[in-house]
Amino acid sequence: MSFDVEQAVSLLQNEFPQDIIGVKEYRNETTIVVDKNKIHQICNFLKYNLDFSFLADLTAVDYLEVKSPRYEVVYHVHRFGPDCEENIRIRVKAEITDKESMIDSVVSIWSTADWLEREVYDMFGITFTGHPDMRRILMPEDYGPHPLRKDFDVRNREASKESFEKALDDGAE
Amino acid sequence: MGVNADPLLGGEGFLTTTIEAFANWGRKNSLWPMPFGTACCAIEMMGVFASRFDLSRFGAEVARFSPRQADLMIVSGTITYKMASVCRRIYDQMPEPKWVIAMGSCTCGGGPFDSYAVVQGIDEFLPVDVYVGGCPPRPEALIDAVMKIQKKIEMKGAPVV
Repeated sequence: MSFDVEQAVSLLQNEFPQDIIGVKEYRNETTIVVDKNKIHQICNFLKYNLDFSFLADLTAVDYLEVKSPRYEVVYHVHRFGPDCEENIRIRVKAEITDKESMIDSVVSIWSTADWLEREVYDMFGITFTGHPDMRRILMPEDYGPHPLRKDFDVRNREASKESFEKALDDGAE
Repeated sequence: MGVNADPLLGGEGFLTTTIEAFANWGRKNSLWPMPFGTACCAIEMMGVFASRFDLSRFGAEVARFSPRQADLMIVSGTITYKMASVCRRIYDQMPEPKWVIAMGSCTCGGGPFDSYAVVQGIDEFLPVDVYVGGCPPRPEALIDAVMKIQKKIEMKGAPVV
């Protein structure tokens, strides 16, 4: 049985007719924009019904002053087929507003999402509800800002210095 | 320092010197480096320790991964603020007297990383004795830095407690 991207998209649309906001195709890459409130059910369907067993990447984009809602959380999912042609990959996006920057965690579906979601939380300040360990992963734990937000000045080292000095004081005790 | 081979004294010869000069002579010829490698400069530093460039010719080949047994810290690689407190604590654990080499552009001034996370030069939190520029520096440059440390120990020395 052969399986392709169109088939995956139509199966997904049949299952979630209300929650698929849009499907885009660009250079043989398929992007599906979905309702963020249904992300857990959609990912669950992708993995257990459509066999997208591998979450290749989970990241976010800040579209400040470009479009609204401000953030997009991006999931790249992969399906290993029996043939090379059936190795397919789709991109799922969920839009998130600035006011309510949270989304359901998918750690219970793909456990690799654990650190990826922590990275998104660290860099963008988007919280993942249901995540087992929602802490910063790269920046110091007492660090304040979220560096990959577009309104953050990348040369601003003040928060880093504060964390550094606090770490020194803690070590001296 | 003076040498005397007077036959009246048995012909064996002896040296006259000060205890400071003698201790500093020993220190400069047996530097024990603490390699604090965080990035690509550390690869170059390993090359300096290995047989082709052979830092043991200068008595500084005994890389100690315990700061308590080292007297020369070679900071090689980008230092972030999160790592800086670790670096400072390791430096504090080294016994006196001690010296620091800042190896590479990143440690000297942040290198290409003018960002929120990277320390713009380790002299923000460490007393650096010798700066080595380069990305990474040639092994000869690091050898030169070690020789400069040796010269500094010889000229200025450190008190004998």
